[in-house]
Order: sequence, then C-alpha cells, then structure tokens
Amino acid sequence: MSWLAPDEWQAIQLSLKVALWATVGSLPAGVMIAWLLARKRFPGMLLLNSLVHLPLVMPPVVTGYLLLLAFGRRGPIGAWLEEQFGIVFAFRWTGAALACAVMGFPLMVRAIRLAIEAVDPRLEQAAATLGASPAWVFLTVTLPLALPGIIAGAVLCFAKALGEFGATITFVSNIPGETQTIPSAIYAYTQSPSGDAGAMRLTLIAIAISLLALAISEMLARRVGRARAASA
Amino acid sequence: MIRFDAELPRGEFRFALSFEADTGALALFGPSGSGKSTALGVLSGLVRPLKGRVQVGDEVLFDSAAGINVPPHQRRIGLVFQDALLLPHLDVRQNLLYGRWFGRNRAQVVELDEVCELLGISHLLQRRPAGLSGGERQRVAIGRALLSRPRLLLFDEPFASLDYARRMEVLPYILRLHERTGIPFVYVSHAIDEVARLADQVVVLEQGRRKAFGPPGEVLAPDWASAGEGRLAAVSVIEAVVREHDLRYGLTMLEHPGGPISVPGRIGEPGRVHRVIVRALDVGLAVQRPRDVSFRTVLRGTIRAIDRDDSPLARVEIALLGSGRLVALVTRHSVDALALDAGDEIFAMVKAVALDDRALALTIHARTSTRQANGNG
Repeated sequence: MSWLAPDEWQAIQLSLKVALWATVGSLPAGVMIAWLLARKRFPGMLLLNSLVHLPLVMPPVVTGYLLLLAFGRRGPIGAWLEEQFGIVFAFRWTGAALACAVMGFPLMVRAIRLAIEAVDPRLEQAAATLGASPAWVFLTVTLPLALPGIIAGAVLCFAKALGEFGATITFVSNIPGETQTIPSAIYAYTQSPSGDAGAMRLTLIAIAISLLALAISEMLARRVGRARAASA
Repeated sequence: MIRFDAELPRGEFRFALSFEADTGALALFGPSGSGKSTALGVLSGLVRPLKGRVQVGDEVLFDSAAGINVPPHQRRIGLVFQDALLLPHLDVRQNLLYGRWFGRNRAQVVELDEVCELLGISHLLQRRPAGLSGGERQRVAIGRALLSRPRLLLFDEPFASLDYARRMEVLPYILRLHERTGIPFVYVSHAIDEVARLADQVVVLEQGRRKAFGPPGEVLAPDWASAGEGRLAAVSVIEAVVREHDLRYGLTMLEHPGGPISVPGRIGEPGRVHRVIVRALDVGLAVQRPRDVSFRTVLRGTIRAIDRDDSPLARVEIALLGSGRLVALVTRHSVDALALDAGDEIFAMVKAVALDDRALALTIHARTSTRQANGNG
C-alpha cells in the first residue's frame, strides 16, 4: 500500500471498522423495531416510526448536533455512560460508529420491516398451533423467511455508514486516526490546494468498497433466494 | 368431549355458536361464510371470542368470565389449514418434525415412520413443499399436525383446494388415522358427502348460529318445515356392508337388510361397513316390488312419515328394513296417486348413480379412457 499515505490507509481502516460496528451494533435493535412496526399495534407506534425515520429527513448536521448534545461528555446520556461504564462517544471512533448507526438505522429498519410484512402471518399461526411459543415462531419462521430483507437492510446500513459525513463530522469532528473516515478525509483533501490526488485516490477506493459490498449482498440475496425458490 | 360456547362479531353477522359434543368425529357443516372456520379459530386459540367458554376434555381453554385464554401453542390442538401452510423454508421431513420438538415431553402416539406410511408420504421426505402436489401437501400437513402430539385435530376444509379425485385420495387417510390413533377430530366442510362419510355428529351452521345438531343421517335430511331452502339438498346416509366388487361391470355390491345396493366404481373393502349417500331427489317409490326396471337398487321399508304443504314436492321418510332411514322427495301428485300413507310398506328405488358421487364417476371415466388409450396404442 505504498501508493497510499498512512493517513489515507488509516481512514480506510477506520471507515470499515466504523461501518461494520454501526451495522452489527444496530442490527438486533433494527430487527426488533422492524418486527414491532410490522406485526404489533400499540400506542406510540406512530411516534416510534417517526423517531426511527427522523434522521432520514433531518439535515445530518442537526442529527450530529443533537448527538453531541446528548452523548457529549457533558450531555446527559454521555456523562452517565462515562460515569457508569466508562464509555465515551465524544470525539472517538465509537462516536463515529454511533452517528453512522443512527443515520443508517431508518434504511435498515425499512428494508427489514418490508421483509417481515411479506411473511404470511398464517404461517406463524400454523407454527403456533404446532406448539411453538411466540419467541420460537419468530426464530424459526419469521426470521428465516425475512432473511433476504435483513441482509438487504444490513447492507444498506453499511453503505450509508461508509458514506456518512455530516452527522459524523459534527458529532466527533475530523481527527486523523480517531474519527477521520474516508468522507472526512476526502473533505480535508479538498480543503487543501495540493489535495486533488489524495481525494481522487480515496474516491476510487470508496467506489471500489461500495461495489464490493453491493456484489456481496447480491450474492447473499441470490443464495437465500435460491433456497427459497426451491421451496416457495 | 368438546363444550363450545362463543360469541363475537364477524363481518355482517354475529357469530354466536354453542354446542356440546361427545364424539371422536365431529363435523361442522354449512355454506361458505357461515362461521365454520371461525369456530375452528376459537377452538385453536387463533381467534379470540368476545365472550364465552371453551372446554376440550377436562381443560378449560377459554373462559371470558374467569379470564382464561390459553394461547394457541399451549392448547395442543393441531389445525390442518385449507391451504396446508407448510413452512416453505423447511423440507417435508423438517415440516413433519417441526411440532414434535415442542411437544417432546408428551407421549408420542405415532412415530414418524408410521405417519409417513399411513399417509403415503415416505418418498417425499427430502422434498421441499414447493415441489409437492396439492394432495401431497395436505397429507404432509395432516402428518405434521399429528406428530405435534395433539389431543384434538382440526381440519379446516382441508380439501377445498383439491379437485374431486384428489379429495377422495386423501379422505380415507383421515379415517385410517382416526382409527389408528384414536385422536378425536373436528372436520369443517361444505361438502355433504365428506361430512356424511367422516362424522358421527354434525353441527349445521348458518349465519354464525347452530341450525341443527345430530348424527349425519338426521341433520342432513332435516324436517320439511325447518329445512327452508335446504329442502332439495336433503340426503340420506345408509350404512351397508361391502360384499364384493363386480369387476366386469365396474360395480361394488353392498349388503343391506332392506336389499342389496349396487354402486358404480370400486369402493371400500369386502366385509367392511361403508356409508352410502343418497340424494332425496334421486329416490323413486313403488308400492309393490318393481320388476323389469333399470334400478338395480331396491330397498324395502316402511313409510314413517309424509310431509307436505303447498310445494309441488312432498317429503317421504322411510324406515328401512333392518336399520337406517331413507328420505325421498316425490311430487305431491305421486303421493296421492299411489295413496301413500304412514305405516305402508314401500319399495324405494335408488338410482345406482345416485349412490355414486362425482369422484367415482371420475375414476370410472379415467379408467375407461386409459383402457381405450391402451386399446388404440
């Protein structure tokens, strides 16, 4: 990797780490909330739905600023987390992952919710009459049948996390080696007169990573789809 | 034993059904939309009534007054759905064993091997549900419900999506399973012949309410006054012993004290009791033993009652010699012309095809076509 500057190499590694953690960390919550929205009717459902989708429609800078207010060292949640568990989000890579997760969450929930809604509820009823408790029905019927949508949701979240810029830079700034992801690094290059070559290198790499993620998700979806085609 | 009492609003009418049945083979019979499936939903716990009480055996599954509502997965009631609803991501074997695992603490009445053999699905175990025919899917669904160790099996028009030949292919399996396992079942259908063949007791539903309750021979040929629009649909159910199969003419001969019965096609096994269904409109009456008529089945009996009003048709109820009841619909004019009266001896002529059902007609037709095809080839 001699053609990459150490900073650039770091930005790539950091981006992958942040995106991966953002996706993996939010997936369980994403599946749960998608299931709630798809299958349950409860008071406050509209509120939850709006809350989940808010980062999609709000300016990313606003999301980042709200995160800073809440999870900053002096923010109510941030202070509590640091005091109780020693977890710090502000100006750390973990903060970047949190910002990316929040921004990717609506996309993830939406894809998974659609997939769960497409599962015939009568199949779940059939499983229940066979003795499966609601938790087992979810694990053995709903989850496997919604798997292609869950994969799609995770990939969408990952892609969004890779490209997230506004909320991340507002929340955790642009610290090389700690919070400088690929988009922030490109932004930094564009601010300097001699940064064109570096910006171009990172741009090409960003494109390559995106294409690779797409290809992998396509492959996974097709594999699941094949198993389904043999059965549906 | 099933004690059922449930009330809930259901679309255009109010579902309010109650019955108490002490039989292993109960059928719910009625037109589409009469609330049959709702009743099964209430039994299985998938539909929650507004109020009522449901008891199976000695366990109360639902009681609105006492606040009891056992969730479906704890009811141990297997439900065979109209469209099978096999789990598409599992193969046949996994589908069959799906429920067994959850009931692993209970005694197994039948094992996988035996269920497969009984249902004729051993060769399908590795297949996916998508590759199965409608009849095969239903058989797998029946096996799956059975292997979940239920105390009660529910069949929700399991053959509604099958053509008639397939229906008759699967119907005997239900009887065999019932004989073998002794698990009681509730069977929902709007096909009169299925109900007549399978059930010992029938609940007739209309608009979400009980219209009649009793053995199929009684409720399927209801009283003249109460029958309403169902008058012409009346059928009788006669039990007779299969004597032999006449291969030359393609008939099955059955023995009844009132006389021999011949039915087209090959049905049942010699020596076994078979239920024969006769449509009331397909019965002719004669005061003397008729000779030189095309009817091959002539049953002797005594007129028990004649119901008539302004309608052109009258309903004649006949007690057959030995046992059994036969209902005939003849014109009021004939009743007067023959001077029929209660207590008279009577000969009922039953068209052989009337004993037939469409299934047999189909099998016979298929067999003839095959033979012709072979002859030509």
